[in-house]
Amino acid sequence: MINKVVASAAAAVADIPSGATVMIGGFGTAGMPSELIDALIAHGATGLTIVNNNAGNGDTGLAALLKARQVKKIVCSFPRQTDSWVFDALYKSGEIELELVPQGNLAERIRAAGAGIGAFYTPTAYGTPLAEGKETRRIDDRDYVLEYPIRADFALIKALRGDRWGNLVYRKTARNFGPIMATAARCTIAQVREVVNLGDLDPEHIVTPGIFVHRVVEVPAAARLMTPPGAAA
Amino acid sequence: MNRFTREQMAARVARDMPSGAYVNLGIGLPTLVANHLPADREIILHTENGLLGMGPAPEAGAEDPDLINAGKQPVTALPGASFFHHADSFAMMRGGHLDFCVLGAFQVSVGGDLANWHTGAPGAIPAVGGAMDLAIGAKRVYVMMEHLTKQGESKIVARCTYPLTGLGCVNRIFTDLAVLDVTPGGLQVLERAPGLSLAELQRLTGVPLTEASAAAAV
Repeated sequence: MINKVVASAAAAVADIPSGATVMIGGFGTAGMPSELIDALIAHGATGLTIVNNNAGNGDTGLAALLKARQVKKIVCSFPRQTDSWVFDALYKSGEIELELVPQGNLAERIRAAGAGIGAFYTPTAYGTPLAEGKETRRIDDRDYVLEYPIRADFALIKALRGDRWGNLVYRKTARNFGPIMATAARCTIAQVREVVNLGDLDPEHIVTPGIFVHRVVEVPAAARLMTPPGAAA
Repeated sequence: MNRFTREQMAARVARDMPSGAYVNLGIGLPTLVANHLPADREIILHTENGLLGMGPAPEAGAEDPDLINAGKQPVTALPGASFFHHADSFAMMRGGHLDFCVLGAFQVSVGGDLANWHTGAPGAIPAVGGAMDLAIGAKRVYVMMEHLTKQGESKIVARCTYPLTGLGCVNRIFTDLAVLDVTPGGLQVLERAPGLSLAELQRLTGVPLTEASAAAAV
């Protein structure tokens, strides 16, 4: 019997080694798998490369992972926010490396990794500092930049419901990077608010088919969900 | 000097949006445009974190941390709204499916080059988000900005000195002093702030402007 449900967040992240590349879902705190991140902090792997849209908000979640000095490099599109003081301090003191990627390139490079695409040409960033040193090509009178996939050893994502096959559905704009990161990692770990019986998710509505998911951890709706909105602006 | 207020600028941008348009409003000044979209037009707002059919901010107490906009502020979803993941969202942007985007800017050049993501100042932490994707992807790229810097320098320039967001991508510029179109023949003035002469606008802007004969001060 296939059963991807893991007993705890701690057990789910226990084999993440130091030096791993880890994708973490979420846009700000919407869709951020906070309990998996907390487990990764407790687990203690260091020298991590993290792929996320942002670089942490406030002092919890991804920001706490940074604060614990477990991250050597972050790949993201929008690190600087009103509440990104943990990242800001590490960056200014040279303690963290930043690869800044236009948000659409970030999404498409992750998608490409999951879809087995070797590289792709995109018009985004052509002629800007973020395309410096990159291969370009003119196709049908338009200029493009060659971009390569972003793969990861692990992806930590958050969904609303999952089943023991790893099928997932998401909630509102918390979906964001979850479905694409799930495809781009060797091992995808999803925290879900509720594990449901096989067959309870309507096949027409499943967003991430279970083939992309390796571990499912149930984290019931917690006080964390009630974080005051706007706190992450 | 007379200037268009921020609300007047937003209302002017909104007037350009036809019924049926798919529109992305950038963070900052452009978000004001949402408050001025004519009620008799059905205009669908896109927010790049994964929502089409974005509605206004919820009432106090009804906020949902899983329902936010690109500025990470709580929003609502209108009837007919859809949620999607980031690759789909950016396919809408990069694939030329959005009719309009409205962006803020540090500088716009005569040729429509846009600089709006980074001042390039030493020690500044860069952040780009979806700006470069919108700049190259939307069918029409509108910029909303103050015409002059706090030091009185024109933000409309011959060549951008700030790091670029996109090349030749801006179609129309809305400032507190004027509305201008970027054309192959240079910048064309569509409207001027009340009482502002073309000569004075020209002097403040510092790059060549032309005005269609039919255009007049509002």
